[in-house]
Amino acid sequence: MTVPPSNTQEHGRNTAAQSGAGIGDTADDRMRVRKQQCAEGDCGIEASNLTVVYRNGNVALENVNFEIPTSTICALVGINGSGKSTLFKAIMGFVPVTVGQVDILGQPAGKVLARNTVAYVPQNEEVDWNFPVLVEDVVMMGRYGHMGLLRIPSKLDRLKVDHALARVGMSEYRKRQIGELSGGQKKRVFLARALAQEGKVILLDEPFTGVDVNSEDAIIELLRSLRDDGHVILVSTHNLGSVPQFCDQVILINRTVLDYGETEAVFTQTNLHRAFGGTLRFHVLTGHELHDDDDTRQVTVISDDERPVVLYGDDAESDENTSDKHDSP
Amino acid sequence: MNWLLEPLRYEFMQQAIIIGLLVMVPAAVVSCLLVLRGWSLMGDAVAHAVLPGIIVAYIIGIPMVIGAFIAGMLCAAATGYFTEHSRLKEDTVMGVVFSGMFALGIVLFTFVHTNLHLDQVLFGNILGVSWNDIIQTGAITLFVLAAFLIKRKDILVFAFDPQHAGVIGINTKHMQYALLALLSLVIVASIKAVGIILVIAVLIAPGAISFLLTDRFDRMLLVSVAVATGCALAGIFGSYYIDSAPAPTIVVLLTLVFIAAFLFAPKRGILRVKTAGSAN
Repeated sequence: MTVPPSNTQEHGRNTAAQSGAGIGDTADDRMRVRKQQCAEGDCGIEASNLTVVYRNGNVALENVNFEIPTSTICALVGINGSGKSTLFKAIMGFVPVTVGQVDILGQPAGKVLARNTVAYVPQNEEVDWNFPVLVEDVVMMGRYGHMGLLRIPSKLDRLKVDHALARVGMSEYRKRQIGELSGGQKKRVFLARALAQEGKVILLDEPFTGVDVNSEDAIIELLRSLRDDGHVILVSTHNLGSVPQFCDQVILINRTVLDYGETEAVFTQTNLHRAFGGTLRFHVLTGHELHDDDDTRQVTVISDDERPVVLYGDDAESDENTSDKHDSP
Repeated sequence: MNWLLEPLRYEFMQQAIIIGLLVMVPAAVVSCLLVLRGWSLMGDAVAHAVLPGIIVAYIIGIPMVIGAFIAGMLCAAATGYFTEHSRLKEDTVMGVVFSGMFALGIVLFTFVHTNLHLDQVLFGNILGVSWNDIIQTGAITLFVLAAFLIKRKDILVFAFDPQHAGVIGINTKHMQYALLALLSLVIVASIKAVGIILVIAVLIAPGAISFLLTDRFDRMLLVSVAVATGCALAGIFGSYYIDSAPAPTIVVLLTLVFIAAFLFAPKRGILRVKTAGSAN
C-alpha cells in the first residue's frame, strides 16, 4: 500500500515549518517567526468567531478567536465546563459549528480529517482498558488512515509502528494487553499512536492525569521534540505547574477566550484569577513569613488538584516551579 | 459412531444442524461487537422489536424477513432519535421503544387468523425449518460475515475509540447504523431457529465467553465462533437424546461454558486470579 499523495504534500509543509522555526533561538525570535507564519497563512489552528450551541440551547463556546502557528505547544486552560472538550470536538469536526469556523492548516476543520491531519490523545478515563487489544494493535490504529479499504498494514506501516513505540520507550511492552500498563505507560501508547498517524496537529486531553512524575517528564520531552518537528500541539490541562515549563502559548478559556498568546504574557496571576475565579486554591506567602528583612516580595502558589503553579515576586511573575506534585484529594 | 450418526438419518435433524451453524456463526461474530461496544440491550431491543414487522409483513404479503428487518432498524433509529432529542439516557429510551413495539406486535397478532404461530416466532422451531429457510438464512449469513470481515479493522477502531475513528476519516454515524443493520439481519436470520426470546442469548454469550478468554480482537472473533458452533452442535445432538427443545438446550450449554470461562479462564478466571494472588 502506498502513502496517499495528500500525505507527501503535508510532508512538504512539515519541512518548511521546521526550517522556519529554526531561524530563531530566543523566545522573542520564535514569537516573531510564529506571528509571521500565521500572517503568511502557515497557521496551525485558527478559530474565528467560533460559536457552538448545543441542541438543548446550551452555549458551549461563544465568539472564540485565536490562532496557533505551526511548531507550537499551546496549553488550553480553564475550569471544568469551560468548553475545552467542545473546542477539541470542534477542531476534530465532531460538533456542528453554529457560527464562525475552525481552520486547520488553512482548511476548514471537518474537511482535513480524512487526510490524517489531526491526531487525538484521549483522557485515560475515556478508554476501555479491558478491550482486547495489545499495545502494538493500538499504535497500528494510528496507521489505519494511511491504509486501503481492508486496512492491511504494509511494511512501511509496521516500520512506523516500531519507530513510534521506540520513540516513546514502549517497545518492550508491545505484546501487552493495554490494561496491563501503568497510567504513564498507557498515555505513552496513545502518544505513539499519534506519532504513527503522523498528524500535523496533535490534541491531548489532560495528558498528565494519573501519570507519574517520570512519565510526565518523558511526555513533555517528547512533546518538545514534536514541536521542533513542526507539529502544532494543543494540550488541555489542569496541571498548571507544568504549563510554563513546556508550553509556548496559552489559551485561557471560559466559554470564550479570556486571553491567549505567549505564555509569559498570558499565564499571569491576574489572568488565572479571571479564568478560575474561586475554584483554585491560592496560597500566598508574604513579607514576614518569607523573608527576614523587609522584602515585600511574595510567593503565590496556585493549585487546581494537580501540580501547583508557583509565582514569586512583587508582580508575581510566572516562574519555573520548584514544588513537588501533590496528590489530589 | 452409530450413536453419533443415528440422528443424522432424519432430514429434520440434518436441517436443524445446518441452520444452527448458519445462525450461530454470524451471531457469534456480531456478539463480539455487542459485548465490546456495550450494545447488549440494543440486541435485546431489536430482537423484540421485529415482531410487529413480521406480522405486518404477513398481513400485506411481503417476505417476513423484510418486515422484520425494517422493524428492527426502525427500533434502532427511533432509539437514536429520542435519545438525541430528549434528556433521557439511551437505555431508558430503548426500554420504552422496544417493549412498545413488542406489545404492538402482540396486539396486531390478535387481528390475524392464520397458521402463523406466536410461540414459533417467540421460541423458534429449529426442527421445523425448510430448505427454503436454509437458503434464505445462508444468504444473510454470507452477507453479514463478508461485511463484518472486510470491515473488521474499521469496526475494531470504531468500537475501541470512536473519536480516533472520526479523526482518521471514518464516518462514525454511518458506521453505527450499518452495524445496527447487520445486527438486525442476524436477528432476522436467527428467529426461525432460536426465536425472539432466546436470540439475545446467542447474540451475547459467545462474545462474553471469548472476551473472558482472549486479549486480541481477531482471536476473540475466532473463539466466539468456535464456542457458538460447538454449543450449537452439542445442543442439537443433546436435545435429540434427552428429548428437549434444541434452542434452549444450546442456550443452557452456552451459559455453562460462560460459567466455566468465568471460573477457569487462564488469565482472568476468578479461580486463577485467586491462586495467583495466594502464590504471591
